[in-house]
Amino acid sequence: MQLDIWKKGNTLVVALKGELDHHTAAGCRERIDNALLRPGIRNLILDLSELAFMDSSGIGVILGRYRTVTRRGGKMAAMHIQPEVMRIFRMAGLEGIIPVCGGTDDAIRIFERERMA
Amino acid sequence: MKKIGPLDEQPLNEMAVEFAADSRNEAFARVVAAAFASQLDPTLEELSDVRTAVSEAVTNAIIHGYKDVSGKVRMVCRLYPGLMEIEISDQGIGIVDVEQAMQPLYTSTPELERSGMGFTVMESFMDGLEVESVPGQGTIVRMIKHIPGGS
Repeated sequence: MQLDIWKKGNTLVVALKGELDHHTAAGCRERIDNALLRPGIRNLILDLSELAFMDSSGIGVILGRYRTVTRRGGKMAAMHIQPEVMRIFRMAGLEGIIPVCGGTDDAIRIFERERMA
Repeated sequence: MKKIGPLDEQPLNEMAVEFAADSRNEAFARVVAAAFASQLDPTLEELSDVRTAVSEAVTNAIIHGYKDVSGKVRMVCRLYPGLMEIEISDQGIGIVDVEQAMQPLYTSTPELERSGMGFTVMESFMDGLEVESVPGQGTIVRMIKHIPGGS
């Protein structure tokens, strides 16, 4: 499991590469949480274009980050979800709470619109 | 829960593996089960369902059955015409209340940020699921998946 993490304004973008299961969950959680502590970070976008596999441990990781981000008044989105991962994402009802976007600009537009609303 | 019941037919093929209850073996078990399933010529979606369900069952054995102490997990796979059967067993602490454990969102370890969706995922992605458990002796999870093949 590899994580690429970068900043775009007040949004943290995390690209998850590889397989997210119970074995890789702890490291993934820790790295995202540390990055979320960087000054000025408010929102989180998960880039799942290279996430080849995810099970319910991954749902736990995503929901946990969702709670952290929204508790601090931020927003969260996901983008480029592969069909395999999309099925469990949908099954777990994540689609209803985390918007699935076409790219970072798209996600940031959604964050802005929600903030104005 | 969709009961499976006994399968009368002789399997076309069968395999068993036993491995340490080590979280690295979650990926190992997924790969092995998917490789064996490929003999039935599954679709990508069916393979993905098998991988995900196996991952959930093996993860349960490791974190709930053995509570992260050492032990062995056994996986038996049988192929029938158009059908795969998978049994994943541990000799861990067992489950006192199987029905409760299978409730969506139920987790015995909320402090670990578990989603409580493991059995729900197995039920959704497979075509049958049975769980037998004896406290103090262990748990057997049995699943079947229809793989018509030739598609």
